[in-house]
Amino acid sequence: MSLGRLILHELRYRRLNFLLGVLSVGVAVACLTAALAILHKHDRRTDQIIAAKEEVTRKQMATMTDDYRKITLKMGFNVLILPKDQNLSDLYADDFATKYMPEEYATRLAKSRVATINHILPTLQQKVKWPERERTVLLMGVRGVVYTQSKTQKPLLEPVASGTMTLGHELARSLTLNPGDKTKLMGREFTVAKINPERGNKDDITIWINLAEAQEMLDKKGLINGILALDCTCDTVDRLALIRAEIAKILPDTQVIEFASQAIARAEARTRAGIEAEESIRREKEGRAKLRAEREALVAVLVPVVVLGCAVWIGFLALANVRDRRNEIGILRALGLRSRQILLIFLGKAAVIGLAGAALGYLAGRLIGMAWRDTPGAPPIEMALIEPGLLLLILAAAPVLAALASWLPAMMAAQQDPADVLREE
Amino acid sequence: MPLLELHDLSKTFAGPKGEVRAVANVTLSVEPGEFVAIRGPSGCGKTTLLLAAGGLLAPDSGEVRITGEDPYRLSPEQRAQFRAERIGFVFQQFHLVPYLDVLDNILVPSLASGRHDGRQQAEELAARFGLTDRLHHVPAQLSTGERQRAALARALLNEPKLVLADEPTGNLDGDNGQVVLRCLAEFAKNGGAVLLVTHDPMAVTVATRSLYLRNGKLEG
Repeated sequence: MSLGRLILHELRYRRLNFLLGVLSVGVAVACLTAALAILHKHDRRTDQIIAAKEEVTRKQMATMTDDYRKITLKMGFNVLILPKDQNLSDLYADDFATKYMPEEYATRLAKSRVATINHILPTLQQKVKWPERERTVLLMGVRGVVYTQSKTQKPLLEPVASGTMTLGHELARSLTLNPGDKTKLMGREFTVAKINPERGNKDDITIWINLAEAQEMLDKKGLINGILALDCTCDTVDRLALIRAEIAKILPDTQVIEFASQAIARAEARTRAGIEAEESIRREKEGRAKLRAEREALVAVLVPVVVLGCAVWIGFLALANVRDRRNEIGILRALGLRSRQILLIFLGKAAVIGLAGAALGYLAGRLIGMAWRDTPGAPPIEMALIEPGLLLLILAAAPVLAALASWLPAMMAAQQDPADVLREE
Repeated sequence: MPLLELHDLSKTFAGPKGEVRAVANVTLSVEPGEFVAIRGPSGCGKTTLLLAAGGLLAPDSGEVRITGEDPYRLSPEQRAQFRAERIGFVFQQFHLVPYLDVLDNILVPSLASGRHDGRQQAEELAARFGLTDRLHHVPAQLSTGERQRAALARALLNEPKLVLADEPTGNLDGDNGQVVLRCLAEFAKNGGAVLLVTHDPMAVTVATRSLYLRNGKLEG
């Protein structure tokens, strides 16, 4: 004979009391478990939605970045590095820089592994009279591009071999010059190597020759007055500031300007789109977080109320049980059972009710949570029926709470005076 | 040494018309082998006397000694243990636990004494009281005589020196009443002591000493 055996026999004897107790604990546990399952599903759905949005945004941004890259490549150089003392008003009035810097700057820039620009091209540019043709042209000395990132990249501008020239479209058309023709420029003979396609800007009246020859002809040996470059596809709000900051560290005696407004607009649109996408994801996260907070708030009110209600109910059931068993308690006390043993009989019974209710409530709550559709039409979120950690926690906590709810009636039973019962006979 | 000594025992209760003296200056000694029957009309204080003698109801004055020890000098928990080990109780209403079968009911006192070897003895007691066929029946499936015999077996499980019986034959027919009284007498013959309070005049025929209680006072 043991207290456990006595408890189990009594549970079987007073089945209704037991079932009502189990039902009560089961409702509280089911409520809690279902609420946790619903919140869990909410979190999983949020992860899905955000991941899907991020994937769409990533693809859109990749497409836009590629578009931008293609456009900027098509448009050619869009960054111009000038000597720091170059007056920009003069530059825009004259179409060329009047201040000079060492050609070595371009090499230094390339060797620095600069990240914000690419396709570095040192140039010497000046508006000159073409005495043999009686024309004013832009003479541009260039050499091969100094790459900064990949040697396999196709250069934006082909190097101009010594003794050859590349002509702008309008110049070639008006002078009826064709590839292979020979012509003199400032006393030197050049072969027309290539005619550029029409661009609708000053390039159409530009002559490209080898940089070293241009330096000799303009008496600017070892000097250049501009470095052309292509900005990177930096995903930042202020690309130009970033480029300027980086180049200022490498070449402090220079200044940077950006041209080709379409590319800028496109880059800014891309940046804005990126910001908007991030904002959209942030808003979605906020919305989901707000919804979760609302659900949490409801759970935070509902679950304690249900648990408290069930605890009170368990307490009343225990009290009714104590009253039912008044004689039995009296005789057990008379036979020598100590008050601690009486307490254990009632608390043990409550713990068994808590354990059974926890198991039942967990299964019911989990099934409710699994059946709940958080977003109609969306694919269901799969959940395992058994989550060991949660199950163990509930199986441990529910008996303790049920015992606590039964504490007062159990104490009343333990303190009952057996003489009161026996004298009433 | 007497197994039970009551010395100048008094107990008073508050009633609707003032104080009621249930037990008044009772002095009594029960030796081993004695079967003392106390008779008296309803409300004369028989049950109060028995509860006070059994360590269940502290007297207002006087002294109780069971095997030489005053149970009221012990803490409530120690007193419970004391009762479990030294006293067997039998009641008019049997007070069997309704959801336990006969065997488990007989074994209930082992919960108090903490002994784990009671099963064989419980079966022997059941056999002695003719309950072998009823071991796995719950009280509701027993006759009143069987219930009282089961209660008697329960009272003897912990091998007490003293049995206190409150109207044990009150709900029994003559034959069953005789069986219970013979069992109590046999217990006394074997060295125990029995204090029985009852209306039953038949008890006098088996008791070694008979007393009368009137208005809480014991008369010879």
